[in-house]
Amino acid sequence: MSAVIDVASDESPMGVPLSELGPASARVVAGFGFWLFLLSDIIIFSALFAAYAVLCGETNGGPSPVELFDKRHVLIETSCLLASSFTCGMMMIAMERRQAGLVYVWALVTAALGVLFLRLEISEFIGMVHQGAGPARSAFLSSFFTLVGTHGAHVTVGILWLLLMLAQISTLGFRPMVVRRMLCFSLFWHALDIVWIGVFTVVYLGAHA
Amino acid sequence: MNAHVEVAETDRAPGSHRSSSDRFKSYAIGLVFAVILTAASFAASSSHFVWGPSIPVLLAVLAIAQMGVHLVFFLHISTARDSTNNVLALAFGIFVVGLVIFGTMIIMANLNHNMMPTDQLMDMQRQR
Repeated sequence: MSAVIDVASDESPMGVPLSELGPASARVVAGFGFWLFLLSDIIIFSALFAAYAVLCGETNGGPSPVELFDKRHVLIETSCLLASSFTCGMMMIAMERRQAGLVYVWALVTAALGVLFLRLEISEFIGMVHQGAGPARSAFLSSFFTLVGTHGAHVTVGILWLLLMLAQISTLGFRPMVVRRMLCFSLFWHALDIVWIGVFTVVYLGAHA
Repeated sequence: MNAHVEVAETDRAPGSHRSSSDRFKSYAIGLVFAVILTAASFAASSSHFVWGPSIPVLLAVLAIAQMGVHLVFFLHISTARDSTNNVLALAFGIFVVGLVIFGTMIIMANLNHNMMPTDQLMDMQRQR
């Protein structure tokens, strides 16, 4: 409660003026820096979303969004990512308690859900290309493959990163450096889920609305 | 003097939380809200209970609500004093995202309007 009362003062909770505190801990600096990276990554996605919003009507006589997208398929993909966000949280709790076995279990569940998501997305892409709805067909399809493909590429990188972190935990243990990297990974994974909310709303549900 | 530096922590890294039982509660609440909002979006997109033209607005509201849920319960962004830096960065990020998306849409709609097919443009000029 005291933190609420002394909002106006420029002293830290320890009674030391802010100017004399010195630098923040590496954990805070790394987390904040990675948060800035994620925000800039989201700005890249916003440009792709803007391109999609402008071009989604330009089908050039080819298939339109309503004909191409299967809502049940997207619901399964969405469930995979949401569940993996939750298991990623469980992994971070296990890591805070330094329970290595549980960290491995939750990390593998998270990676498996990510792989399942990617498998569904790739099979959707391949099906569309076979239907003659590849990225070269129309401006709508170019922007669709760029937006959804960029998200898929991020998920792929995330899965590889997670597997790399498991290797580091097994060889280096829970060193502060490894713990910081895991914190950054969890931020990355949650941010991808936030981007996916935009994708399924704008691209898939927006087509049917 | 070094003692202060060690003890006092006035900033909090995004994603970190006070205790692990708090964290579990936060993830569980977040999951429940996210599932409800996702289900609502999918139901709303094809429902006949809502007036048709308002469905895109409803979808946008549900999506923004779910993004908020993820930020608060999964990324643990809060209004507490120690995460002021994170919130300020987030606010700037949202500002740029809004500028890019809505700016593009307005400019492109305007260009589209000005670039109507030549015969229509000729008609308009003749009528003047």
